Amino acid sequence: MPMQISEQGFKNRVEQGIEDDFMRGAVRSAQERLQTNRAIAAEELGDWEDWRTLGQEIRSHTIEHLDYYLHLLSENVSKLGGHVFFAETAEEANQYIKDVAQKKNAKKIAKSKSMVTEEISMNQALEEIGCEVIETDLGEYILQIDDHDPPSHIVAPALHKNKSQIRDVFEEKLGYENTDKPEELALFAREKLRQEFLEADIGITGCNFAVAESGSIALVTNEGNARMVSALPKTQITVMGMERIVPGWEELDIVVSLLTRAAVGQKLTSYITALTGPKLEEEADGPEEFHLVIVDNGRSNILGTEFQEALHCIRCAACINVCPVYRHVGGHAYGSIYPGPIGAVLSPLLGGYDDYEELPYASSLCGACTEVCPVKIPLHEQLIMHRKNMAEEKRTLLAERLVMQSFGKAAESPALFNTATKMAPFLTAPLSKEGKISKGIGPLKNWTDSRDFPEPNRERFRDWFDKRERRKSKNA
Amino acid sequence: MKVSLFITCLGDVFNADTGVHTVELLERLGCEIDFPRAQTCCGQPAFNSGYHKEAAEAAKHMIEAFEHAEYVVGISGSCVYMVHEYEGLFEEGSEWQIRARALKEKTYELTEFIVDVLGIEDVGAEYNGVATYHTSCHMTRLLGVKEAPFKLLRNVKGLQLIDLPNRSDCCGFGGTFAVKMNDISEQMVDEKVNHIKETEADTLIGADGSCLMNIGGRLSRREVPVKVMHIAEILNARGE
Ligand code: SF4
Repeated sequence: MPMQISEQGFKNRVEQGIEDDFMRGAVRSAQERLQTNRAIAAEELGDWEDWRTLGQEIRSHTIEHLDYYLHLLSENVSKLGGHVFFAETAEEANQYIKDVAQKKNAKKIAKSKSMVTEEISMNQALEEIGCEVIETDLGEYILQIDDHDPPSHIVAPALHKNKSQIRDVFEEKLGYENTDKPEELALFAREKLRQEFLEADIGITGCNFAVAESGSIALVTNEGNARMVSALPKTQITVMGMERIVPGWEELDIVVSLLTRAAVGQKLTSYITALTGPKLEEEADGPEEFHLVIVDNGRSNILGTEFQEALHCIRCAACINVCPVYRHVGGHAYGSIYPGPIGAVLSPLLGGYDDYEELPYASSLCGACTEVCPVKIPLHEQLIMHRKNMAEEKRTLLAERLVMQSFGKAAESPALFNTATKMAPFLTAPLSKEGKISKGIGPLKNWTDSRDFPEPNRERFRDWFDKRERRKSKNA
Repeated sequence: MKVSLFITCLGDVFNADTGVHTVELLERLGCEIDFPRAQTCCGQPAFNSGYHKEAAEAAKHMIEAFEHAEYVVGISGSCVYMVHEYEGLFEEGSEWQIRARALKEKTYELTEFIVDVLGIEDVGAEYNGVATYHTSCHMTRLLGVKEAPFKLLRNVKGLQLIDLPNRSDCCGFGGTFAVKMNDISEQMVDEKVNHIKETEADTLIGADGSCLMNIGGRLSRREVPVKVMHIAEILNARGE
């Protein structure tokens, strides 16, 4: 599966994450910064909840009428002289892109940030036919030169690295000699990248939102690299997930405001670029040829299911930035290029339960994600729905299914419940010491590996209450 | 006012004291307490693990057990939220759904009930100590009870309340999560314990027994001398 970033099992990945102090330090400080900025930006707007509702309405209307808007978009792009290709699978998308590259005899390709190209492993496909693909987003560039370290976050792909680690990568791979000051690092990368832009035969961009009514592509960046990628090379290819679309400019305005505030706590990012078709004769720059590749890759299977809302996602990463599980294990532990709460919902949908069955359980269902999502996706509820599917498909352990069945029976029968709870102190008595259980057995062991467990009360609440009632009626 | 107490299964078995304090407190505030013997567990462990058929069985049973009640008051925000979710387990417009909705409308979390229904913010409690309060996720975010516990605690004589840093972070309980993903859960509860230590409080107060069991278990394992108390116990304290 292209989306997958590790061959290791979930347990190992989690363990590695927990043991990686550098990564955890970097993630913790990034999360804190992003969370605070998001909260301030939301507050500033005054009526954040109304904005969220508006965002939700726009996304849900668009996805309900996705056919219509995709058709409108593709008509408009064609009218402008662009080429539109609908790719049902990752392979189809890559084949089309490779064909364009080969026709253009392309050697060098400059690329701006795009999660969907990660999802379909486009770089690899292009490298196989001998193209050199250069990531121009600073975070992606760092990962690329660090032997293709996979992204750990959907907005800040190198979030797991701190600045001194980045400095070391630059030194080792590119002979960098300066300090780990972010400005110096960025300046160095910028100089390296400028040359690449000038030499690139093709520019490939992702797409934050396509605007159906005009056939435009909107790109939101802070580095301006997407603008270079789309202005300098003669041929431009834009790759978009098929749900990344808005009806018109008015809606774009709202979702972009939500995106930048939720993602980084900015009113606006430094650059918002809108590209409308190839260069016209009277225009000074822009690509001569423009291709729009619209990628399905499993998305239409989500339409019409209880997971449809997952397609509302605008990839702001706010849910990732507040997630306590993500904070402790880091993005790589998820094993998918889509980590955090949205990753735990999306990865099994796009990649299947076989590869991602643990992810829906990697959540305490605290709901922090649901609370911040700017388009109100009920993320924790979607995780429960995955669990429900897996329980129904009998993917869960037999022992667990049996426990749950007998749980259902006990909860339904006061007599059974009564006996079970009355027995509890006697069953656990051999394990308790000084009023607590420090070494449990069975599932209790996992608990007591890190925490003490209380001893069940000899006198349950109901026993106390009964006794009191009896006393009362005697006195009366 | 007649209140039917929803003790929760953990409360019944592990925290009988909390129930006792709740009864005494509510009686002091003028309520008459009824304890429906038929109540069992709200079904949340099954629901959150995806076993919705089993959760619906538990729900039906609870709906019947509390059908006669005027007000249902629960001592855990998370379990009360589960009751509020029952209607989603049944077919749209079905009789069970209607009955589930009726139960939802009369079911309250303890502090919410005292503040919003009884209209009381000062329960006349006195507790001498320095405490910090853990806001439980389900109660705060999902049930939406945010202010009530603070309103009540601010009026407790002798109590000095210190803000818990990063208070909206989950403690790592999450029901079966604590057992299934215990290594991640441990990191979360450890971080919570560190924040509690930072406050230098001598008491940790919470309104949800399961979070308290989790945090308390870690405090005890790390031998951190902080007393763990359910808010009912604080509100029932009379300063002795
Ligand atoms: S699920 Fe919501 S919060 Fe998470 S990335 Fe998508 S839009 Fe942002």
